[in-house]
Amino acid sequence: MSFLSNVNTISWLIGGPQGSGVDSAANIFAKTCAKQGFHIFGKREFYSNIKGEHSYFTIRLSEKPVSSHLEEINMLVSFDAETVFRHADKVAPGGVIIYDSSLAETVLEEVPTIDLEANKRICKLLKDSGLSLNLSGMLDLAKSNGCIVYGLPYFDMIETVAKNMNDPKLSKLSRVVNVMAISASISLLGINKDKIIGAIEEVFGSKPKLLASNIEAAQYAYSYIKTKFDTKNVKFNIIPKEALKNYLLISGSQAAAIGKILGGCRFQTYYPITPASDESEFLESNQIIEQADGKNGSIVVVQTEDEIAAITMAIGASLTGVRTATATSGPGFSLMAEALGWAGMNEVPLVVTMYQRAGPSTGLPTRHEQSDLLFAINAGHGDFPKIVLASGDIEEAFYDSIKAFNFAEIYQLPVIHLLDKAISSSIQTCKNFSNELKIERGKFKNVIDKNQSEGTAGHFQRFKFEDSPISTRVPIGTENAIFWNTGDEHSEEGHISEDPENRIKMMDKRMKKLDVALEKIAEDDKAVCYDFDSNSNGVVISWGSTKGAILEALEKLSEEGKKLRFIQIRLLHPFPTKTVKKFLMDTKLVIDVEMNYSSQLGSLVQQNTGREIDNRIVKYNGRPISSTEIYIALKTILSGNNEKRIVLDGGT
Amino acid sequence: MAELKLADYKTTVHNDWCPGCGDFGILNSIQMALTEMQIPRHKAIIFSGIGCSGKTPHFINVYGIHTLHGRVLPFAQGAKIANPDLEIIAVGGDGDGLGIGAGHFVGAGRKNVDIPYLIFNNAVYGLTKGQASPTLRLGEKTKSLVTPNTSNSVNPIALALVSGFTFIARSYSYDVKHLKNTITRAITHKGLAFVDVLQPCPTYDDIHTREWYQGKNNLDSDNPKPRIYKIEEAGYDGTIHDESEVNEKMSKILEYSSEWGDKIPIGIFYQNELVPSYHERIAENIKDYFVRPPSHQAISDNENKPIAKIDKILDKLKIN
Repeated sequence: MSFLSNVNTISWLIGGPQGSGVDSAANIFAKTCAKQGFHIFGKREFYSNIKGEHSYFTIRLSEKPVSSHLEEINMLVSFDAETVFRHADKVAPGGVIIYDSSLAETVLEEVPTIDLEANKRICKLLKDSGLSLNLSGMLDLAKSNGCIVYGLPYFDMIETVAKNMNDPKLSKLSRVVNVMAISASISLLGINKDKIIGAIEEVFGSKPKLLASNIEAAQYAYSYIKTKFDTKNVKFNIIPKEALKNYLLISGSQAAAIGKILGGCRFQTYYPITPASDESEFLESNQIIEQADGKNGSIVVVQTEDEIAAITMAIGASLTGVRTATATSGPGFSLMAEALGWAGMNEVPLVVTMYQRAGPSTGLPTRHEQSDLLFAINAGHGDFPKIVLASGDIEEAFYDSIKAFNFAEIYQLPVIHLLDKAISSSIQTCKNFSNELKIERGKFKNVIDKNQSEGTAGHFQRFKFEDSPISTRVPIGTENAIFWNTGDEHSEEGHISEDPENRIKMMDKRMKKLDVALEKIAEDDKAVCYDFDSNSNGVVISWGSTKGAILEALEKLSEEGKKLRFIQIRLLHPFPTKTVKKFLMDTKLVIDVEMNYSSQLGSLVQQNTGREIDNRIVKYNGRPISSTEIYIALKTILSGNNEKRIVLDGGT
Repeated sequence: MAELKLADYKTTVHNDWCPGCGDFGILNSIQMALTEMQIPRHKAIIFSGIGCSGKTPHFINVYGIHTLHGRVLPFAQGAKIANPDLEIIAVGGDGDGLGIGAGHFVGAGRKNVDIPYLIFNNAVYGLTKGQASPTLRLGEKTKSLVTPNTSNSVNPIALALVSGFTFIARSYSYDVKHLKNTITRAITHKGLAFVDVLQPCPTYDDIHTREWYQGKNNLDSDNPKPRIYKIEEAGYDGTIHDESEVNEKMSKILEYSSEWGDKIPIGIFYQNELVPSYHERIAENIKDYFVRPPSHQAISDNENKPIAKIDKILDKLKIN
């Protein structure tokens, strides 16, 4: 099986020590390919480390939109030994490896950042094939798999570039090696040299000195590989096209942040945490907001002393009427649980953008997982209303970012917007975002007439019992509208009340907002069914970032005549039982796919719909699910192998 | 506008503090300060933490936000940063602010948001029935403690100073006039103001009683000498006029802060308005922050369409 047999599709990987420019090289490569008309999906992997540990960036390019990665690689681009040791065995037959020829004799044992576990695995691989335990051995393994390897003498090449530029210092700057590596790979792919130069100009445009040396290095490497090597056996069948028109190359955290800006978020708090901080930093670098009315708006981003301060400061700000958010990841969210209940109790609109990573505790802080679903739903003590919404990809992250604020204000409650590292740190070519969504503020008022004040002493009844469980909300500081908030149970004015009758009425009022939400929220925001032109009675259910890999696997299965429908659940709480039941009606096979140990969505579906899950496909090794492995797992189930729980283990 | 009277700042909510509680004096002083300053009722917002002191907002006839244990400062700072036009006052207990909320106390000092913060300091956790608070001294045994206190106490004045508070004062709940004046100064101060309010807990603290503060258990009980004295009356002025005065003043404040027992100083130890407030720091980057702070900004037009323009941000991410 392969996703790679199609024309115009490549799975490409660059690796190197953290801090050596892997990220910027991958970005240049992605931009270059996008300029040649290809859709891109890029995935980042890195250690919890600043400098030195192995990081890598996988990029898929395709003539059709792509939204997931594959296990197999067609082109491995490296400038250190570790990248070859770790990834060379994943390169598919006919694939290419670019490496530093001066490192050919590097012994596996001598690479200090290859940990013991990885060392053992690689050792076994080489020993089983009777190969020597060095880089040449690893390359021999790849060659025996049908790969073509190109050793580039980077050091000599840099010296030549330095000489060409009359800059003897350049030889000391190994910084251009990443650009040389990608330029060589672009040359092998047959992509026009101008495109990489254009991409380099975009990336280094503001740094003229870096720009000049990188362009020189790119040009040299581009020609070098073609003149020094016989490259006629490289057959990737890449046919360049016109650049994608009106498309973005964007990451999930950027998409969510831009959604917040458009959606009217004007106050955001955060405490630094991976992978959530990127969003806050992006917001801060765009803190002045252009507006249609000619005035400048702005977003105040506050870095707090901890996550408890982050959420409580956000709640305090929200009381003034501003759309407010905080962004965090699992460990930070754990600290926010108590305050989340306060916001629920006092009916304060608040958005918590929750970038999941692998837990528990510190877990795998820079790796992938979707294991905070049940925690998000159940966070906080006592019963209080909240909405939990999960985006399935980068584009959804943008629109959901806006919807989250609408929900928060319409239903006056905290909204947890679930994303995960596979969305936030990945990059994708997306159709340019539209700004057609409306801003809906529900029963929000900032002027109250004197005669509208009621209550025992002419006060405003912020929590008034009316036909609707949702009361009129005003910012603190509004004339004629003095009210109180308290974490205690309270009266309509907001004073502490331990009265049993009032307690029932207040609890009912708050919780009934969830019924209203279920009634009013659009069906597409609850759950989406992808049917692949069939009404197959086999269904895959999932949520969040697994969407891309599942859709691609199902498409391939569909082409093979094995039809399955996909139900992506977007509203996780309150659970859209009716909608999901409707989709699950008459299903013979329900397969749950999730990136966590315990099939959290599966439990939720069972609990709410009564429908048992037939098969579970889970993954919790910290690496996201690829189309390849989900395809294989689904095929296994469809072929009659009745494994109840399949654990995926792909990824390096 | 009709003049606001003291009664206008009082609610009819039943006050359930113990008879003789020091909180009453603090409540009265806050209401007196609001009256004196004629702060429009809807412009004032009292934020509180949890505990007996946490109930304070319910007794004051202005907006009242009764938050979580230890978190009053971040709640209050969030509101003030989002809307600097509001007159926000934060109040809380000593356990609230110096125990569970100590991290926020230090964090707030670094920011210097323009709010006053009053700690109702009675050395015990009253509402949970008299456990030792962070200001109870090592070895002291108040009524409810099974054994003498095994933890040492934190020094609130010194902690405020090293954390960066720009106004630091102490007052006493039964000297309502002094306390009212101190609160007024704290409200007027540009930046983060801390007022450590000493108060007896008549129910659980049988050591630091009203009589103790008055000096009645001193050796010469016929001629009691009050423990509390006013530093201004001793000729001290805590105002910083020039940054060069800071170091010298700091040593003096640390000296005052360690006085306890027979001599307890109250008054304004420190006021430094030369330090830019957090709001001024924001305005360095967002020029019209004071004109259009977050809470004042329009975000949609008449048809509820967003008015933010994101084209320029998206252009940078476009493929072309």
